[in-house]
Amino acid sequence: MLEIRELHASIGDKEILRGVNLTVKPGEVHAIMGPNGSGKSTLSSVIAGREEYQVTSGDVLWDGKSILELAPEERAHLGLFLGFQYPVEIPGVSVSNFVKTALNAVRAARGEEALDASSMLKKMREALQLLEMDKGFLSRSLNEGFSGGEKKRNEIFQMAMLEPRLAILDETDSGLDIDALRIVAQGVNGLRSAKASFVVITHYQRLLDYIIPDVVHVLLNGRIVKAGDKSLAYALEERGYDWIKKEVE
Amino acid sequence: MNDRISAQYWLHEKELTAYSSDAVRDRRRRAMELFESKGFPTQKDEDWKYSSLKPVLSPHYALNSPCAALEDEHLEYADIKRFLVNELDAYRVVFLNGRYTSWLSDTTHQGFDVCTLSSAWKKYPETIERYFAQLTEDLGPLAQLNTALAWDGIYVVVPDNVVVDRPIQLLSITSGTEPRAIQVRNLVVLGVNSQVEIIERHQSLSDQPTWTNSVDEAFLAEGAQLRWVKLQHDGPLASMTQHTRIHQDRSSRSQVHTISTGGRFIRNNLDIILNGPGAEARMLGLTLGKGKQLVDHHTLVDHRAPHCSSHENYKGIYDEGSKGVFNGRIYVHREAQKTDAYQQNANLVLHQTAEVNAKPQLEIFADDVRCSHGCTVGQLDEDALFYLRARGIREPEARAMLMLAFAEDALAGIDHPSLNAKLHKLIAGKLGVDLTLDL
Repeated sequence: MLEIRELHASIGDKEILRGVNLTVKPGEVHAIMGPNGSGKSTLSSVIAGREEYQVTSGDVLWDGKSILELAPEERAHLGLFLGFQYPVEIPGVSVSNFVKTALNAVRAARGEEALDASSMLKKMREALQLLEMDKGFLSRSLNEGFSGGEKKRNEIFQMAMLEPRLAILDETDSGLDIDALRIVAQGVNGLRSAKASFVVITHYQRLLDYIIPDVVHVLLNGRIVKAGDKSLAYALEERGYDWIKKEVE
Repeated sequence: MNDRISAQYWLHEKELTAYSSDAVRDRRRRAMELFESKGFPTQKDEDWKYSSLKPVLSPHYALNSPCAALEDEHLEYADIKRFLVNELDAYRVVFLNGRYTSWLSDTTHQGFDVCTLSSAWKKYPETIERYFAQLTEDLGPLAQLNTALAWDGIYVVVPDNVVVDRPIQLLSITSGTEPRAIQVRNLVVLGVNSQVEIIERHQSLSDQPTWTNSVDEAFLAEGAQLRWVKLQHDGPLASMTQHTRIHQDRSSRSQVHTISTGGRFIRNNLDIILNGPGAEARMLGLTLGKGKQLVDHHTLVDHRAPHCSSHENYKGIYDEGSKGVFNGRIYVHREAQKTDAYQQNANLVLHQTAEVNAKPQLEIFADDVRCSHGCTVGQLDEDALFYLRARGIREPEARAMLMLAFAEDALAGIDHPSLNAKLHKLIAGKLGVDLTLDL
């Protein structure tokens, strides 16, 4: 469903992605690991349509069609979700109204009717339950004053509400203690299905103890240089990235 | 213009002062003489540095007698209905070209006075003598001009321990086929522990330039509470200059919202004098500028007594071609220990041709105080915008959501759902967004 072909992208004069190839099929979970500055966040931003990045060559295909010309919201309408590494604080917009607006915007774009109030509430309750969240959370201003863990849970809550076909989770595990990590993983696992795919971007193998990936990729210097199964993540944890760097050279 | 205005006063002084004591007449004279000696402010005056009155003063305004009834104009309720908050059960005081229109109004003398200044000159000369122009002596030429020519506006006097049961809607309409300049003068006197709420709107129905020059004096005795919503949503040829002075005794509370979304030229001066211990003031402002609009806010909180608090939050969103000024002065006298003063002014500048001049001005002479202020001028947060869009919210809606969220806290404290809904509708209309997305 998602196919990235020889993707090159830069910000200003600086080339960050130097030919990324990645194919994600329905129901698969892919992990992308890599050291700081390897281009992990750039990759997720480019897929989601952030305009600061220029794609200089290559393509990103969704169900076989390029999405590079689409606005971020249009990509979301297709069923793409980006879980932010640093969710933005938006004072004055409550979590519930934000999620309602987003879900109904996505539904409208697909020609579906807005969800009625009781179905919306029911859906929110289920999502909250999955993430062991209190319903008082819904009336708080979006991410404002949230702890690191609350912000990340809020991302997964939104994901549960929007039911994307492909979710990219950008370092969702960073800054989480072990309980929060377990809850976030529980949220993701609860949404796994034959249709839903995930790309989990992370520094550490520990998240992958909870969310078992089908494939682990290593992103280095703007390219995916190695792929393997779960054991690759353990090898990276133990040995770092230097051996792969050498291997590549 | 200056000579014509001068003549307008001296020609009509007799009518203006027919029912007043010599003391009141002398206040008018002094005011006129002050205006004559100073003339209109220019950009050379520090207080008017960023705002030129030239476009306001250039039309050839009809200057009739300030107190004679106008016979050539007529209004029906249907003409003004849309400018009122109709769902609100309120006293209504409607003026047409600066004159009271009884057939559109609903005033009272039952237990308190909600009526008009034009009738008070004759009816309540003692109250007039006690309060009229007592807060305005040291103000600038526009307020002096208003004092000299003052004839009509609301007259609200509430005895001790009385809560005015309904809000007062003040609607001042300008109309006619020639450029028109009017004076509006409002007097509010609140007894001990009394309460009142005022919703004020000025509206031009004319296709000619109009200029409303308004002065408010409000006196709050101990424990009194005043809430005032100033709704400035006038047409593109309408100018408004306004000076509001509120004098507060011990433990009194004031809350003033200034919502400026329309009009060509707006200059608001809002002065709050905290004169008794424990008095509190809240000043909230929301400005939406676009096109050739200029909105200039000058505020002053004068902390004269200890243990007072002031909370000021002004928000501005300025789009293409518009200009904003915020000058927020806080003066803490040496006696005003334990003052708690907060001032926040945040501005969004949406277009490169928009301009904001912001100046916080804190003068603190007491040593045991808490004063904080913040001032920002920026654009919409691109990260926030991307965040909303990445969730499927289209760009125009995402922008609207961010702008409404930015504006929202300037509306805090408006407790009438119908007024709140009306304000949101006006704001959404001005921002060009659909308000089905609630926040």
